[in-house]
Amino acid sequence: MQSQPKAPLSESDKSYEQLRISDLHAYYGESHVLHGIDLQVRRGEMVTLLGRNGAGRTTTIRSIMGLVDRRSGSIVVNGTETVHMSPHRIARLGIGYCPEERGIFASLSAEENLNLPPTLRSGGMSLEEIYELFPNLKDRRKSQGSKLSGGEQQMLAIARILRTGANFLLLDEITEGLAPVIVEALGRVVRLLKERGYTVVMAEQSFAFAGPLADRHYVIEHGQVVECVEAHELDSKRDLLESYLSV
Amino acid sequence: MTELIGISPQLLFAQVLVGLINGAFYAVLSLGLAVIFGLLNIINFSHGAMYMVGAFCSWLGMQYLGINYWAALILAPVVVGVIGLLIERTLLRRIQHEDHLYSLLLTFGLALMLEGIFVELFGVSGQRYPVPDLLNGGINLGFMFLPIYRAWVVAAAVVVCFTVWYLIERTKLGAYLRAGTENQALVQAFGINVPMMRNLTYGFGVGLAAFAGVLAAPIYSVAPHMGSSIIIVVFAVVVIGGMGSVLGAIITGLGLGVIEGLTRVFYAEISNTVIFIVMAIVLLLRPAGLFGRQS
Repeated sequence: MQSQPKAPLSESDKSYEQLRISDLHAYYGESHVLHGIDLQVRRGEMVTLLGRNGAGRTTTIRSIMGLVDRRSGSIVVNGTETVHMSPHRIARLGIGYCPEERGIFASLSAEENLNLPPTLRSGGMSLEEIYELFPNLKDRRKSQGSKLSGGEQQMLAIARILRTGANFLLLDEITEGLAPVIVEALGRVVRLLKERGYTVVMAEQSFAFAGPLADRHYVIEHGQVVECVEAHELDSKRDLLESYLSV
Repeated sequence: MTELIGISPQLLFAQVLVGLINGAFYAVLSLGLAVIFGLLNIINFSHGAMYMVGAFCSWLGMQYLGINYWAALILAPVVVGVIGLLIERTLLRRIQHEDHLYSLLLTFGLALMLEGIFVELFGVSGQRYPVPDLLNGGINLGFMFLPIYRAWVVAAAVVVCFTVWYLIERTKLGAYLRAGTENQALVQAFGINVPMMRNLTYGFGVGLAAFAGVLAAPIYSVAPHMGSSIIIVVFAVVVIGGMGSVLGAIITGLGLGVIEGLTRVFYAEISNTVIFIVMAIVLLLRPAGLFGRQS
């Protein structure tokens, strides 16, 4: 990379609470999806939300963004209580959101998609840096969003939030349905994000992808956190995790 | 010039011109409807009333405040645009999560109320609005007489339509609008104030209708029912072009105006229904409209 890496985080930064969720309940219409989620993420940490389909990982991420019909409890981002804020104000606290369905706009070109999210903070990646990180996107920049492959769409969905200067990223199922070679490339990107000090919350179906990178794993089942596994406990608790995640 | 299959070229060109004029109004009105439908998912039945209010704004301005045509061309859309902002903020926003039918009924009710108020105040008969001096008279093109004002209406409408098209298709602001049309929640999750964007879009859309109203004032008389008579045809234009398609609204608007004009020459009996016949055929062959995304 030509760009300078961000300055290493100081100890005081590392203890800074980027996200604290307490007793979060979330609803879609009449259905009560989250039943009291509690979790904390400190600045610069990479945390995964693990669980089976329908356990509530995606809803947790969507709740942080304010994209559910109704929520109660507390979601403190960067010291600001956000549970009553609308999504655009939450985003401006410096959150970059990569949705499960990728959300590439079909009627916009790849580059228009890339340039769409407004700058939230200074220090975002430049277009050159992004194209260096995702060379495929440079070749496809004039293509219509709908013409991109699944892998390209996923790259683009991540790339466009790196441009905005967001330092807290929510990545929902970024490896889902992608070829191993693309998952490998995404692994390199995520590793770089961690090195650069981004705070990352990822929803994943298994710990295969993020296991080696994450500082902590939260297992979600029936809309609650049922297990919290620190990175150093991963080996000792592997069997337990697998029993939670097996279908 | 000689006659073409029994029809004099004068008549033919005159009707093509009338068609183009009507088409210009269809295009500007359906453009506003398409923009509003695209982002707000509202079938704005008060669009015709806004066109009427725009025309009345220019007439009232001239009558009581001495505001000339050119100033009205700017002021009337601004006044009506602000009315639109208020309507969206106080009424439409409350029902944005309800079924389509609610906003349709609400805007229809608003149209009836606005028409009623203007009938009460000014009566049903039309008020005359003079052609501005600069655009008076006409040019003899040899094969036909071209009134300057009518040429101006077509030119102004085309310029406005393509300016709006450019704004939407080629600028950052337009990219927000197009993205918002596809997935509003995600656009908002990127930090864009989508409620404000919806508000401004509605104001802009009805402002366009008012602009058409000012253009129309010197051609048609300024009357409370001028909107309801044109809006049904405009809805047919939007359906033919494809709901929410900007380019579709422009091209279909102008094209159908000309088709209507030509029908008046060749088979006048169906000239009032030809647009609906076209609509039926298009819906059978391409249910999403000529420019709509087929699913």
